[in-house]
Amino acid sequence: MNSFAEKLDYLSYPFVQYALIVGVLIALCSSLLGVTLVLKRFSFIGDGLSHVAFGAMAIAAVLNLTDDMPLVLIITVISAILLLRTGKNAKIKGDAAVAMISVGALAIGYLLMNLFSKSSNLSGDVCTTLFGSTSILTLKRTEVGICIALSAIVVMVFILFYNKIFAVTFDEDFASATGIKTGAYNLLIAVVVAVIIVLAMNLVGSLLISALVIFPALSAMRIFKSFRSVTVCSAVISVTCALAGILISVFAGTPVGSTIVAADIVAFACSALIGALKRGSGI
Amino acid sequence: MALLTCQDLSLGYDGKEIVGDLSFEVNAGDYLCIVGENGSGKSTLMKTILGLNSPISGSITAGDGLKQTEIGYLPQQTEVQRDFPASVWEIVLSGCQNRQGMRPFYSRADKTLADENIEKLGLSQLKKRCYRELSGGQQQRVLLARALCATSKILLLDEPVSGLDPKVTAEMYELIERLNKESGTTIIMISHDIDAALRYADKILHIGKKIFFGPAREYTEAFDGFGAAKGGADI
Repeated sequence: MNSFAEKLDYLSYPFVQYALIVGVLIALCSSLLGVTLVLKRFSFIGDGLSHVAFGAMAIAAVLNLTDDMPLVLIITVISAILLLRTGKNAKIKGDAAVAMISVGALAIGYLLMNLFSKSSNLSGDVCTTLFGSTSILTLKRTEVGICIALSAIVVMVFILFYNKIFAVTFDEDFASATGIKTGAYNLLIAVVVAVIIVLAMNLVGSLLISALVIFPALSAMRIFKSFRSVTVCSAVISVTCALAGILISVFAGTPVGSTIVAADIVAFACSALIGALKRGSGI
Repeated sequence: MALLTCQDLSLGYDGKEIVGDLSFEVNAGDYLCIVGENGSGKSTLMKTILGLNSPISGSITAGDGLKQTEIGYLPQQTEVQRDFPASVWEIVLSGCQNRQGMRPFYSRADKTLADENIEKLGLSQLKKRCYRELSGGQQQRVLLARALCATSKILLLDEPVSGLDPKVTAEMYELIERLNKESGTTIIMISHDIDAALRYADKILHIGKKIFFGPAREYTEAFDGFGAAKGGADI
C-alpha cells in the first residue's frame, strides 16, 4: 500500500505531467486523421513516414544538430507530399511506394547511425527511436510548448476543413467535379499527417505510430455508423488509451509506447465485441 | 444558347486518343444517353465534361449561365464507399459543398436543401441510417440526392443502374425520368442498356468506331444493319 501511495506521488513530478499532456494531445491528433487515412486505404502511410522520420533523425545525428525537429519535420513533410501525390498517376503504385520508402528510410537511417554515430550505446539509441521507450519521460518545457502549439493547429485545421475532408474522403471525383480543390486538400492531409507523425515519434517511437493512427479509427468503425460519431469516438478511445497506457507504464514500469498500443488493442477487441453484439441484437 | 456545347473534341489519356472528332450540343431539358462499346471513351467523355480530365483538343463551353461547378454527378460506386461509415444525411449534405466556398460549415439553407432532396427521393425514413447498410438501389438514390444538392440544372449519371435488379432498375429509370420531365433537370446518362436508352432518352450519342448524335428515334435507322449498334453495345 505504501508503495502504491509512493507511486501516486509520481503524478506530481513535472516530467510525468508533461508526458501526460503530450500523450493526450498526440493521441487526439493522430486519431482525428486516422479515420480518413484508413478509409482512403492509406493505413500504412503512418508507418512509412515514421521510418522516414527515423532516417531524418539519423541524418540530424550525423550532422550533429542539437535540435533535430526542424530537419525531421521538413524531410517528413516532403515525403508525405510525394507519397500522397503519387496516389494516382505514378508508375509505382501507392502501397508499393509506401513500402519502398518505409524500408528504404529505415535501412539508410540505421546504416548512417552505425557508420557515423559516436554514441557508445548504439543499439540503445536505435531501440529508443524505434520504440520511443523513454524519451517521452525526458521532455523539456519547450518541447511540450511546441507540441501544444502544433496540436492546436492540427485540431483547428481539422475542425475548419472537416466538411471538405469528409467530401474528399468519400468521393474524390464528385468533390472535384463540384469545384473542391481535391489536390490541395490531399496535400493538406499529407502535411498534417507528417506533422502528427513527427510529434508522435516521441511517444511511441517510429515502429508503433501506425497503431496510434489506425487502431482508434478501426475500433470506432466497429461501433458507430456516421462519420461524425466515428471521428468523435475514435478521438475518445485514443485519448483514453493513451492516458491509461502512460499511467500503467509509470506505475508498472513498462515501456510507454508498447503499453499504449496494448491498451489500443484491448479497446479494439472490446469495440469489435460491442459491434458484434449490436448487430446480433439488431440495433 | 445550348447548356453545353462540345466542339471537335478529341479525348484520351496521356496524349493517346480514344475518341476524336466529337461535336454535340446539350440543351436545357434534354435527356441524352451516351452509348457505345466498352472502352469507347464514354466515361472519359463524362470526366472531361466534369472538368476532371482535359481534352486533347477541342472545347466544351457551358452556356445559359451554367457554372462549371453547377453540375450534379452520379459516379459509379467505388470500393472505398462500400464500407464507408457515413449516414445518409452526411452524404446528401456533402452535395452542398459547391455553394460553400471558403465557409467552413453548412448554412441553414444548405440543410434545408438537403432535407428537400431527401424528401424528394423518398429517403426520409433512411436519413439516419448508415450508407453501407443500404441496398444498392437505396445507395444510388442517396448519391442522386447528393447530386441534386449540387445543382438542379444538369445531372451526369455514369451507369446509374449497373448492379441493380430489374425491379429497382425500372424504379431508378422512372425516378430519373420524373426529374427530367417534372423538374426540367437536364440529364446526361451513360448506359449499356440500349433498349432503355431508346425508351427514355430523347437524344442518343453513340461513340465508338461510328459516331452518331441525334434524336433517339433516328438512332435505330442510322444503325440498321450496323451490327455494332445493338450486339456490340450490350453489357
